[in-house]
Amino acid sequence: MALLRPRDVQQPVLARLLDNERALAAVLLAPAVLILAVFIAYPFVMGVWLSLSSTSVGNPGRFVGLQNFLKAWNDSIFQTTFQNTFVYTFWATIFKLALGMWLALLLNRHFRGKRFVRAAMLLPFIIPTVLSTFAWRWMFDPTFSVLNWLLYRTGLIVTKLPFLSDGTWALWCAIVVNTWRGMPFFAITLLAGLQTINPDLQEAASLDGANAWQRFWHVTWPLLKPVTIVVVVFSIIQTFSDFQLIYVLTGGGPANSTHLLATYAYQIGVATGLLGEGAAISLFMFPVLLAVVWIQLRYLRRLEGA
Amino acid sequence: MDTLDAEKTPIPAVDRRTFIKVSGAVGLAAAAGGLEGILAAKRAPAYAQGTKLHIVRWNDFIPEADVELRRQAPEASKALGAEVTFEFINANDLQPRITAAIQSGSGADIIQMLWNWPHLYAGGIVDLSDVAEPIGKAQGGFYDVFNSAAKVGGKWLAVPHSIVGNAIAYRRSWHAEIGVTAFPKTWDEWRQVGKKLKAKGRPVGQALGHSFADPPTFAYPLLWDFGGLETDKSGKKVVINSKGAVESVKFMQAFWKDACDEGGLAWDDTNNNRAFHAGELSATLNGASIYIVAKRQKDKIKDEKGEPMVQDIEHEALLPAGPAGRFSLYYPLQHAVMKYSKNQKPAKDFLKWLHQKENFEKWFEANGAYSVGSTKVWEEHALWSKVDKPLRIFRQAARNTLMLGHAGPATAKATESYTKYVVVDMFARAVQGMKAEDAVRWAEGELKKIYEG
Repeated sequence: MALLRPRDVQQPVLARLLDNERALAAVLLAPAVLILAVFIAYPFVMGVWLSLSSTSVGNPGRFVGLQNFLKAWNDSIFQTTFQNTFVYTFWATIFKLALGMWLALLLNRHFRGKRFVRAAMLLPFIIPTVLSTFAWRWMFDPTFSVLNWLLYRTGLIVTKLPFLSDGTWALWCAIVVNTWRGMPFFAITLLAGLQTINPDLQEAASLDGANAWQRFWHVTWPLLKPVTIVVVVFSIIQTFSDFQLIYVLTGGGPANSTHLLATYAYQIGVATGLLGEGAAISLFMFPVLLAVVWIQLRYLRRLEGA
Repeated sequence: MDTLDAEKTPIPAVDRRTFIKVSGAVGLAAAAGGLEGILAAKRAPAYAQGTKLHIVRWNDFIPEADVELRRQAPEASKALGAEVTFEFINANDLQPRITAAIQSGSGADIIQMLWNWPHLYAGGIVDLSDVAEPIGKAQGGFYDVFNSAAKVGGKWLAVPHSIVGNAIAYRRSWHAEIGVTAFPKTWDEWRQVGKKLKAKGRPVGQALGHSFADPPTFAYPLLWDFGGLETDKSGKKVVINSKGAVESVKFMQAFWKDACDEGGLAWDDTNNNRAFHAGELSATLNGASIYIVAKRQKDKIKDEKGEPMVQDIEHEALLPAGPAGRFSLYYPLQHAVMKYSKNQKPAKDFLKWLHQKENFEKWFEANGAYSVGSTKVWEEHALWSKVDKPLRIFRQAARNTLMLGHAGPATAKATESYTKYVVVDMFARAVQGMKAEDAVRWAEGELKKIYEG
């Protein structure tokens, strides 16, 4: 009996449509595009519109051009906030990279209980930020700080350290907590990168007389650089737009000295109800993050081309 | 301003029966309209089946007050024929919640408003004059502060509910130890007393962070006491850059260093309660919650001798006087019905039910003098003859308070200034080292953007 060839059968419209590669691609991409449109593009466009309007809570407002951006730029609290965001991101990223790299190199060695240590290391990253930050807030509490108690009991201090009640101290406390929380992400990602490096290369360098630093700098680092760039960029994006940690730890205080762009935008836009001004403040993040991503992509392309 | 002295203001011997007689009429009058009909018919109104009323309120500093409201919810549901549910959230989260609800057009039907927030959210809440007027009228009128706080353009945009009076809670024995038997009456005197106590490791505790109650209730009166004001009487011209404001900031710098726990810059409204109960503070400005909680947990909260701390807590009714007078700022609480709510009618009926004498009274008693009523009739309640002497100063506290924006009107601009903590931060910046004149100039710049921008 002769078998019917597929083309001889009258196919349903849907099946014919899916036979078309272009149509199939569009269908498969549609859910992702829809999700992006609803959850990314719409809020972004809405944010841009709000930033150009005088919208406040319960009041649709009108188009005001760049007035909100100018108002923010001339606002002394915004200026402090803008500076804080860079200081916080810069130092937290440096610390996370240095400590994460150190941890990854240690964990790349063989020792007893390695699996347990690797799992335990991830704890700060796994615990919800709000919970862990609350714990830190208690440790830094102006009255009941366990750290102050320990330092006092061991005779290292005679008066309480102003962990959260001094602007500079509070910002550095936030950097410490961010580093504690973000370091495992660096460590685990860099560890994954380290494990892709062929041990023969290290061995060969060792035979050639390279010491530990030379092996790291001339063998490990060049091979780890692409992974490092990616993880650093991810971290910059997350740290620059951080909200939860500051909101819970300091609330932006004392006297607005630890606000980041996200928390200040929230304070103005959501708490005070000046939605247009709040949106403008948050949009100041956009060009900075865009530049970071652009530099990263350019660098990675160069590496691929090399 | 005169000091309210419980000793000088005798409490009339009003027994429960007399009170019920007076305020029973109040309840009925308050229930004018829908609720009266419901009560007469003895059955729930015919709201759509499955109607749910969602009410958002703060987590009360007196937990028993929230327990009482939760207990009342089924009773209210039965009376109204709509399922009443309460949600209690951190007071500092109320404003973000209101903004999100109004902008998204969805959320709770009734949301609690503090201070003069109805001005800020006027576009998103409904006119409740038909609910508030009868309640006020029947109870001899609301305290003046509600006219500023909840009335916008001649309409009640929220129904006044209660007021949290403040007083200085202090340790009687610690003050007596340094020879102080009556609490200081002026700021300078308090600074001298506080200096001696801080030297003994017993500082004054004052929150100066971004928190809804304690920082503003301290900072605004301090500014006013020295003659400083945000604006003139029109509320349109910023006048904070004045000798009075600079003097208040200079005083605060010295007071902070000499007498206060400097960790207060990072405190919220709960820190001073905890620190006081832990025996860390000699005095702090607070509602009655420090006393009430110390009394209700007297087996846990003890002084250094192992005795219940409550025995050693005294209240001074007002903050001390400054060169320009002695002013107070207490926060009024109200309920607003949201414009987006599809249940506005049952929401209004619920508010009428809530203010019925027998329902409000249970909540009022659970509060134990922490929150006082929004009308003067509650000053006559038998509770006041039963509560401890240190709590009696709260009885007439609500008569005394000014409102945000003083000496101008309590407009949305005043709320914006409060929400941005401009006055609080003026002091907070100065105690961290900024020159007093610079701190005032900074505040002037911020206020001009708000009031004159």
